[in-house]
Amino acid sequence: MATGFDPSGRLPDIFLNTGTSSFTQFLSVAHPELLPGRRPLPPGLNGGDIAPHGTTIVAIATAEGVVMAGDRRATMGNLIASRDIKKVHPADAYSLIGIAGTAGIGIELIRLFQVELEHYEKTEGAMLSLDGKANRLAAMVRGNLGAAMQGLAVVPLFAGFDLAPAEGVHAGRIFSFDVAGGLYEETGYEAIGSGSLFAKSALKKKYRVGVSTEDAIRLAVEALYDAADDDTATGGPDLTRKIFPVVMTATANGTHRLSDADITTVAEQVVTGRMENPGG
Amino acid sequence: MAMQFYASPEQVQRDRSEYARKGIARGRSAVVLSYEGGILLVAENITTLRKISEIYDRIAFAAVGRYNEFESLRRAGVRMADTIGLTYDRRDVTGRALANAYTQTLGAIFSETQKPYEVEICIAQVGATPEQDELYRIMYDGSALDEPGFMAMGGQAEAIANVLKERHDVNADLNTALALAAEALGSVGGENGQTRTLGAKQLEVAVLDRRRVGRTFRRLADTTLTTLLGHEEVADADLGETDAAPPAPADAKPTESAASQDTE
Repeated sequence: MATGFDPSGRLPDIFLNTGTSSFTQFLSVAHPELLPGRRPLPPGLNGGDIAPHGTTIVAIATAEGVVMAGDRRATMGNLIASRDIKKVHPADAYSLIGIAGTAGIGIELIRLFQVELEHYEKTEGAMLSLDGKANRLAAMVRGNLGAAMQGLAVVPLFAGFDLAPAEGVHAGRIFSFDVAGGLYEETGYEAIGSGSLFAKSALKKKYRVGVSTEDAIRLAVEALYDAADDDTATGGPDLTRKIFPVVMTATANGTHRLSDADITTVAEQVVTGRMENPGG
Repeated sequence: MAMQFYASPEQVQRDRSEYARKGIARGRSAVVLSYEGGILLVAENITTLRKISEIYDRIAFAAVGRYNEFESLRRAGVRMADTIGLTYDRRDVTGRALANAYTQTLGAIFSETQKPYEVEICIAQVGATPEQDELYRIMYDGSALDEPGFMAMGGQAEAIANVLKERHDVNADLNTALALAAEALGSVGGENGQTRTLGAKQLEVAVLDRRRVGRTFRRLADTTLTTLLGHEEVADADLGETDAAPPAPADAKPTESAASQDTE
């Protein structure tokens, strides 16, 4: 495609086309090579072991909005590929996204999704509804199905503060996905990744509707501790290197990442608690 | 049989220029100027169709002229900025690259097509200090001007620029800068050459806030704008919003797809 190489130097027609306000849809015509799902993979090959994998993410709905936390480990087979990968990011001013699965594709998906939301906001002069954002993300996950079937699967967790919730709907909402692009709204809490079974079991016993953000942060770190306890691919709080989970909140005030000092305090409390009672 | 008359290239260019200039002169004007806290963009606009918009973290777009034409240019700019930002890094998106793309595009349209675009656009990029601000003014024929400090666009740009030239001060605060911009826009277009006083309802105002990190574009509207026009201070934290309001569900729109609703 000759996009960008018009001899007159003018912007290609596709740029000036009214088209849609979706950035991925624009890329699929102007620069299809920039979309993760568009790359042909050699048939029959399973790429599952050649790329690092990100692991456990938890999200909890609170009285004020949502809390999302992710451990810091990425694994490659039996090796630890990274101790301090960040898997929870803000998607826009009021929503959060975390990823589990093939890290490279996951990070690319997050970047693309961030641009997608910002692009819509700038073009239309209005933010997408929270449901609109979740549906868009589902479509992007669906686009990666081919790669997923060859071992390069990635599954996001999406949560946000709904600025305009429908009647009777809580403002803090959590959405989970499957590799085929299925979209499921969760109530209360949700976890994804290899340690999610253990994290969810921990949350099941401790979660209460209307929990405060402060308590939910503690719950999330506890749940990640439990996941790390039983799943080798999930990293626990690393006191020697001072590496602690990434914890973010989304409330009416927007998204916020817990400062290093704050998360250190919470993580140290959790570890101290487990010294006395390893089961939490 | 139809006769093809010869028209010299000079004549063709002149005709197109005149056509574009007339089109632009029919619309209302806009001004862009640096102040101590950032770049202020003000357009006279009584409709909800916007003339000022965010392009990227530190870059904004303002235009006068024909709406459908500058709207498609604006979309192109957002697309270009987001594509560069995704392929390289957010810091690699520059106002100059955008201005270049716009001059090439408008230049090609002017010389190759029957009808030139009747628009004038401004690309503003805010820097760490007023001296580092960049303002590019791009005309209907693709000619570009780098106008540091302040600029006016539209039918009576020169008269407006003259008001700005005398009193513009890059170290002025937002109140002063806004008052000057409103006065400059009001200095033309009154009956019998009289000045007009423009209120919050007649102005579309936005700033690129120098001190913010990340996306610096903020719209000033409603109460914030009225307060500022009344020469009162507004705290930095309360300065406007991004385009952040999602559609309200109150408009009786279903929040789930029709397929999930019970059909009776």
